[in-house]
Amino acid sequence: MKKYLGTKILVYILTFVFAVTLDWLIPRFMPGNPILVLVSRFSGLPESARVMYSYLTKAFGLDQPLWSQYVNFWIALFKGDLGISIYLYPRPVLEVLKMAIPYSLGLMIPSILLSWIVGNNLGAIAARRKRLDSIMLPIMYFITGAPYLWLGMLLAYFLGVVWDIFPIAGAYSFSLRPHLSWLFVGDFLKHWILPFLSLFIVQIGGWAIGMRNMVIYELENNYVRYLETLGVKRKLIRKYAFRNAILPQVTGLALQLGTVIAGQVTTEVVFSYPGIGYILTQGILNQDYFLIQGCFLFIIIGVLIANFTVDLVYMALDPRIRFSYGGEV
Amino acid sequence: MLEVEGLKLYYKTLKGHVKAVDDVSFDVNDGELLGLAGESGCGKSTLGNGLILLKPPMNYFGGMVQLDHTQLPIDDFERMNDFRFSKLSIIPQYAMDALNPTRKIGVYIREVLQSRGIDPESIMDKLLERLKFVNLPERVLKMYPIELSGGMKQRMVMVMSTLLNPSLLIADEVTSALDVSSQKAVCLMIKGFKDAGIVKSLIFITHDISVLYQIADRIMIMYAGKVAEIGKTQQIASNPVHPYTKMLMFSLPEVGIRYAHGILSGIPGQPPQLLNPPTGCLFKERCPLRGKECDEEPPVVNVEEGHIAYCWKVTQNA
Ligand SMILES: Nc1ncnc2c1ncn2[C@@H]1O[C@H](COP(=O)(O)OP(=O)(O)OP(=O)(O)O)[C@@H](O)[C@H]1O
Ligand code: SF4
Ligand SMILES: [Mg+2]
Repeated sequence: MKKYLGTKILVYILTFVFAVTLDWLIPRFMPGNPILVLVSRFSGLPESARVMYSYLTKAFGLDQPLWSQYVNFWIALFKGDLGISIYLYPRPVLEVLKMAIPYSLGLMIPSILLSWIVGNNLGAIAARRKRLDSIMLPIMYFITGAPYLWLGMLLAYFLGVVWDIFPIAGAYSFSLRPHLSWLFVGDFLKHWILPFLSLFIVQIGGWAIGMRNMVIYELENNYVRYLETLGVKRKLIRKYAFRNAILPQVTGLALQLGTVIAGQVTTEVVFSYPGIGYILTQGILNQDYFLIQGCFLFIIIGVLIANFTVDLVYMALDPRIRFSYGGEV
Repeated sequence: MLEVEGLKLYYKTLKGHVKAVDDVSFDVNDGELLGLAGESGCGKSTLGNGLILLKPPMNYFGGMVQLDHTQLPIDDFERMNDFRFSKLSIIPQYAMDALNPTRKIGVYIREVLQSRGIDPESIMDKLLERLKFVNLPERVLKMYPIELSGGMKQRMVMVMSTLLNPSLLIADEVTSALDVSSQKAVCLMIKGFKDAGIVKSLIFITHDISVLYQIADRIMIMYAGKVAEIGKTQQIASNPVHPYTKMLMFSLPEVGIRYAHGILSGIPGQPPQLLNPPTGCLFKERCPLRGKECDEEPPVVNVEEGHIAYCWKVTQNA
């Protein structure tokens, strides 16, 4: 088991290095010149532009050979220095991302967890009630099949515009500053509900369908047949089938949580919700390479942490994994 | 004691009924081991499973089953639960993946017993004794199925199925996945369950007749969902009368061969479709003795005391 973990950690470290290297390559090999973009934002006179260009090139270390840029990049990374945002100049990228992260997490984690819990339960119930199944399954397929953008807009249109129950843009009203008070919390929740609901709804279908199919598959399994020949109560069979069916769903959950940081870019754009996904699109629109780089770095870390968690959770839950890697069998 | 009378078990499929067990009658006495042989697909497992777990797509189309003179409600899934495990059990053909992979075996046994309303503690001694009986160390109770070899899992299922001393035990192809040396050991263990009085009657399903010569008291040969011949082991071995049995045994080399396909390579032709089978004797397409009357359902012929065959060309005391 230790060997298994050791190998895994090594693989994760290698993946991290590889992904971060790719991330480093992005601004350097993308068309366009980030410094030029920055310079063009500020200076009118060509003379001062030239001075500024050489100053900024030095400041960003872009005048050095590639390999030392690469080393510097790693050093800076470990110091938590992700560069300066161009679009929000002169705010450091890390600070921008730190501001955005709570919004992304606050939206994604509850929607993923709740849709996972509710979806799995619905799926498990549907798996054993034919009548319910025949009604629920088409609905669930419709929900997962519907394009998210369309669903989000529909929600925004009816709940936000037609009935005007919830605001449709931003994380809080413009008139407020983030602070801890009932007024602000209430306002925040009001803004939160629509993007949350849209995410919750689109995800629930997938979980429910997955769980339904897994439970049905488990119920066809030989160990269930054998339990039936032993005349055990249905309750025990259901318990076993549910437990075994939930395993792949746990993987799915953790992988889904990995995308948390990336956020649902679409959601954040549709509802102008200032999470990482929103920042990322802004970065792309404004050719803000350092910001894009920072966003990707967070996404990479998120995905890796999530994957690693899956491995750990799985090892705890499924003896088959534990032993097939333990080398004892 | 098991008595089966005119049992019909068909699979309902989109194309029609697959008559996997068609009008089968036989009995197994107390203290007796009945060997059930026949080539692959002739309905052996269907018969074994049907007695204990009859569920779609398998359907009941008639017949009567009595165990210890009590009628078994085999087509009533819920009511059968009173008999399963306690009165009759099966070591299924899929025994090697019959255990829940994510439960430790000891926990699994406890939960199954509790689900049947039995106090696990009251059976602990018996469990340990049975583990010894099949040569499993006590520590398997603390293990997951994946930690056991295929043979060990199968023996674990043997322990499980016999834990409540059922009246009837059905062992389905317990030898087919094992190597020759463990085959013998497992056969003797199964026979041991009967000899030790743990189970009263035993049905031992196999496609390898040679295995049966050593352990069976009586042998029943099935062909295409029907009984071909039943007799004492000695009678079948020295005086097979049904053309199918004869060919089956004639094609058998000295040292037992293991696979039905191998056995039947000696018999020309294919067994008939069980989906809408032809009328009359189902063996007629391959039978060298076939006559006109064989287009009619063959009669049961009492060859000698305790020896019957379903064939037109068999005569009494042949
Ligand atoms: N679920 C099913 N649906 C339809 N037909 C089936 C089903 N299961 C089995 N059959 C058919 O019933 C017949 C008898 O099958 P069965 O499994 O009882 O044979 P068997 O004698 O046990 O063979 P083997 O030696 O391969 O185990 C076969 O022709 C098979 O194709
Ligand atoms: S009934 Fe006829 S076809 Fe069938 S086994 Fe006997 S002789 Fe052959
Ligand atoms: Mg079989």
